[in-house]
Amino acid sequence: MSASRLKFGVVVFPGSNCDHDAYHAAKHVMGHDAEFLWHKEPDLKGSDIIILPGGFSYGDYLRTGAIARFSPIMNEVTAFAKRGGVVIGICNGFQILCESGLLPGVLLRNRSLLFSCKHVLIRAEHSSSRFTGAMSAGDILNIPIAHGEGNYFADPDTIRRIEDNGQVLFRYCDAYGEVTEAANPNGSVNGIAGIMNAEGNVMGMMPHPERACEASLGSADGRKVFESLIDSVVTQTM
Amino acid sequence: MYQSTITITLRPSILDVQGKAVELGIHTLGLTGVRNVRIGKSIQLTVDAATEEEAKRVTEEACRKLLANTVMEDYSFTVTKL
Repeated sequence: MSASRLKFGVVVFPGSNCDHDAYHAAKHVMGHDAEFLWHKEPDLKGSDIIILPGGFSYGDYLRTGAIARFSPIMNEVTAFAKRGGVVIGICNGFQILCESGLLPGVLLRNRSLLFSCKHVLIRAEHSSSRFTGAMSAGDILNIPIAHGEGNYFADPDTIRRIEDNGQVLFRYCDAYGEVTEAANPNGSVNGIAGIMNAEGNVMGMMPHPERACEASLGSADGRKVFESLIDSVVTQTM
Repeated sequence: MYQSTITITLRPSILDVQGKAVELGIHTLGLTGVRNVRIGKSIQLTVDAATEEEAKRVTEEACRKLLANTVMEDYSFTVTKL
C-alpha cells in the first residue's frame, strides 16, 4: 500500500446486493483501490479497510445476518478486526457484525413492520472517531435507508455503556438535528442509526453512505463517512 | 436417536410488532377476547446421540450459539426418544 492509496475489500455473500455500490463508491468516487472478496475464500487480499455490504445474505434465513457469520471469510474479518483493522458494516453488514459479536446489540424488525426505503437525516454525534473525523458534532447527513430490520436494540446496561463510551456515532434526526420519535424510521433505542465497538475500529450503520456519494444520486453526504475512514487509515499508516 | 422440538420467542420485554399486527387481525375476525399474541419459531432437530442427556446438551448448544439470539430471544425445547 502506498501512503495515500488504500485498498477496500468488499465482502460478497450470497444475497449481498449493495456490494457494487460500495465498490463504486470506494473506487470510482473516492479514487482508491477496491476488490470483491468472495465469502468462501478466507483471504482479505491485503485490504486496508473491509466493507460488509448491504443485502439479504443467505436470504435472511433464521435471522438477518445469522448465517453469514459462518462464512469462511468471517474468521479472517474477525481476526483483522481484533488486530485493529477497520471494518464497516452497512445495513445487512451491520446485522452481520452484531450476529458475529463484533458489535453489541441486535437489529429487530422495524416497529412499523414495513420495509422502509427512503432518504433520512442522521446526526453525527461527535467527530472523535475514525468514522466521523471529517464531520463536526451535530452535522446532519442526508443518507438513504432500505431495511426491514433496522430497529436497534440492546439491554439497558449495554445501551448505557455504549452511550457513555461515545460509541453511538449516528442518530436519526429531523431537519433541526433533533432526535424525535417522528424522525425515527424503525423504532431504534435512542434513535441509534450507527455505532462502533469499544476499540473504535469496527462500525455498523443502517443508512447507506455508499448510495449517497454523488450529487446526482440525491446526496453526496455519504462521502463524509468514506473521507473520515480513509483519513484515519492513511494517518495511522504514515 | 432423539427428536428435539425447539420453541423460540422474542423476550417478554421486547415489543412483538408482528404479534401486535396479527392480534389486530384476530380482533377484526370478531374474536375480541384475544390478547398477548406472540409470534415465534418452531425448529425440529433429529439428534444422533447415545443418551437423552447428550441430546439435550447438543440441542442446548445449537440454541445458544445459533438458533436463538439471546439478546432478543428466549428458547425452550423438549427432547423425545425416537
